[in-house]
Amino acid sequence: MKFPAFDYARPAGLDAALDLLAGEAAVLSGGQSLSPMMGFRVARPEKLVDISRLSALRGAALEPDGTLVIGAAVTHAMIEDGALPGPLGGFLARVAGGIAYRAIRNRGTIGGSLCQADPAADWPCVMSLLDAVLVLRRAGGERQVPVRAFLLGHLMTAIEPGELLTVIRIPPQPGARFGMAKSTRKLGEFAEGIAAACLTPGAARVTLGALEVPPATLAVDPALVTGPQPARLTSSPLYAAVDAALKAADATDPAGYRHHLAVLTGCRALIEAAQP
Amino acid sequence: MTDIAITINGTAWEGTVEPRLSLADLIRGELTLTGTHLGCEHGVCGACNVEVDGVPMRSCLMPAAAADGCAITTIEGQYGEMAERLRAAFTTHHALQCGFCTSGMMATALDILRRGLGRDEATIRRELAGNICRCTGYQGIVAAILHVAQETTP
Ligand SMILES: Cc1cc2nc3c(=O)[nH]c(=O)nc-3n(C[C@H](O)[C@H](O)[C@H](O)COP(=O)(O)OP(=O)(O)OC[C@H]3O[C@@H](n4cnc5c(N)ncnc54)[C@H](O)[C@@H]3O)c2cc1C
Ligand code: FES
Ligand code: FES
Repeated sequence: MKFPAFDYARPAGLDAALDLLAGEAAVLSGGQSLSPMMGFRVARPEKLVDISRLSALRGAALEPDGTLVIGAAVTHAMIEDGALPGPLGGFLARVAGGIAYRAIRNRGTIGGSLCQADPAADWPCVMSLLDAVLVLRRAGGERQVPVRAFLLGHLMTAIEPGELLTVIRIPPQPGARFGMAKSTRKLGEFAEGIAAACLTPGAARVTLGALEVPPATLAVDPALVTGPQPARLTSSPLYAAVDAALKAADATDPAGYRHHLAVLTGCRALIEAAQP
Repeated sequence: MTDIAITINGTAWEGTVEPRLSLADLIRGELTLTGTHLGCEHGVCGACNVEVDGVPMRSCLMPAAAADGCAITTIEGQYGEMAERLRAAFTTHHALQCGFCTSGMMATALDILRRGLGRDEATIRRELAGNICRCTGYQGIVAAILHVAQETTP
């Protein structure tokens, strides 16, 4: 598929990019979602502002209080290769390494993935689990939006015309251990079931993606996670608890295969988080 | 129209492109380097993989304008010791039949080797997941990469 016609600009700095976006223009980051959508004529932007090389969006740092700050144009491959400092770096490197294929990870960015808001994608699920806060800038202004208020549904976010996601802020997660599970038909494809889990000494929570709604974060009794599990996970008290919590969240058809897959990947992510 | 300057297989090239022109179509059309192939044109098959500043990317998903200032290496420019070893190993292990996937496979395979991931079969298969081959059943491709990795690492 060939792209439809568009105008292209690659401003040298952030302010110039924001000025261009204040007119009618759309953001081009890695293009690993936008390009196929343009090919299919699902998206037909008239003007694209390429932000993929803005150095202000390509860094990562750990603030003194432990907050991890990630630039929106940091690629999946940079994260996979260890660009994120601090205790979350290892887990997030593993998440990044599981996204699509290396050639796509070399261009696709964390900010692009969040703004694309594909319910089956990895970063929307993991950033929901971590209570990330997104910094949205526009010419002459800035606001911070929690990721759970940012993701509104299938390919829908709270971003407004003229706004650019510049930075993702992840609060410190002291003493936390993490797990991730996906179910895909083919390695590297978008998941049919995806879950990320966090276990702290007194609490366990799991975020389920690939639903018709934004990723759903559920609290689970940590005692169910740490004990030994039966060979058939579906007959475990843990499965029953996640199943009940997801039913209460009213996010799926409880009789459907997707519901079962969400619960199952949720259990697997939680169990992985509990591994020593 | 956008003015761009790139390096293609070591040679400087300057020109004016329409923003809607993909890097793949620049390479194949304007530059007549037809070793880069287009399978799906939406990112799933890997036939169009080329090296951009030393790492593989999907040339079908990238406007040529976005490659301004970059060094592009296509299959026609893949020389050097590792690439030569890989070519030989592809022949020895029958890692291609029709050849449609081969230039993209080579780009991915070289990247696998450079990142030091060519030493076990499971890792190679995982890393190859983004390149589709409809002929070989992958066996020969995996064997060729394994062969070069064993040859080049102590
Ligand atoms: C074959 C294939 C398989 C894939 N598999 C997976 C997978 O398994 N898991 C997964 O998570 N993803 C997967 N992806 C998607 C990939 O991760 C993309 O990189 C990502 O979704 C988009 O990031 P991008 O930088 O390429 O954004 P782009 O494609 O450039 O942009 C996507 C959207 O976000 C907007 N946007 C981008 N950046 C910003 C910003 N900073 N501020 C405001 N708006 C912005 C754009 O305008 C556009 O609407 C896959 C893609 C392909 C082609
Ligand atoms: S042609 Fe680019 S990935 Fe298939
Ligand atoms: S050799 Fe024919 S597609 Fe791979």
